[in-house]
Amino acid sequence: MAMSRDEVFKKVESVLVDALGVDDDEVTEEATLTGDLGAESIDFLDIVFRLEKAFEIKIPRGELFPDDILNNPDFVENGRMTTAGLTQLKRSMPHANFSEFEKDPSVSRMPDLFTVKAIVDFVALKLNQSG
Amino acid sequence: MRWMWIDTFVAFEPGKRAMAVKNVSRSEDHLHDHFPGFPVMPASLMIEGMAQTAGVLVGEARRFREKVLLAKIRRARFDDYCTPGDRIRYEAFIEAIDEAAATTRGIVYKEDRPIGEVDLMFSHADNAATDLGLPGHNFVFTDQFMDLLTAFNVRTAD
Repeated sequence: MAMSRDEVFKKVESVLVDALGVDDDEVTEEATLTGDLGAESIDFLDIVFRLEKAFEIKIPRGELFPDDILNNPDFVENGRMTTAGLTQLKRSMPHANFSEFEKDPSVSRMPDLFTVKAIVDFVALKLNQSG
Repeated sequence: MRWMWIDTFVAFEPGKRAMAVKNVSRSEDHLHDHFPGFPVMPASLMIEGMAQTAGVLVGEARRFREKVLLAKIRRARFDDYCTPGDRIRYEAFIEAIDEAAATTRGIVYKEDRPIGEVDLMFSHADNAATDLGLPGHNFVFTDQFMDLLTAFNVRTAD
């Protein structure tokens, strides 16, 4: 049975409340995991585990939160994503909104891509693929 | 010094479940300060006891090839405290495990009564991951821990 976007959001919200110890009213679509919800690096892995359990899906590591792009010297130059890096990142994260990030693709701004909305879109995409 | 907060395993089902026992004794130094005249087993050390129980379970599941490091306390809740003479039991279950990490659920018992829940996440730092600045040898699973498992004929690294 297909799950509505609202149902997906509700489940994601409960995952984030449990994983990050935040209140449910802090979990808005636009909230960033690191900046607004206080996630640390290890929390990202925890969130992946919890999403897998909550939605009964398999999320290959690096798919929701790509972690191999910053290690590639072709993709980063002077603390900014190169054109090639940005192209790769966009391909890896069809679930993220790049409109703000593209204006200033500093590596330090990358965490802003990881929003609640990106997770909801990612899960919705996954559920569509498997359903 | 022995940083060991479990006394023995009483059950070990590889890849699934383990149960360890910790007898709280008045001779333990930390109980003299926590608190003077009112010795209580610190909750932080009960979390460590669960981490040791679950950590060995997780390590065994991958034949102790990796260093299993406590990465996150996902949830910890205690409804009662333990004092000298109490026997604490830590029961841990593997919830999920892969190359990168593992999650466990845990129940803490005071004698036979559940008094707490401790859910943890462990990270696998493999022996080649020297960029983390970790020592090359497996400093997590020392002989002291492995000795606890002798009664269960537990598989070790090849």
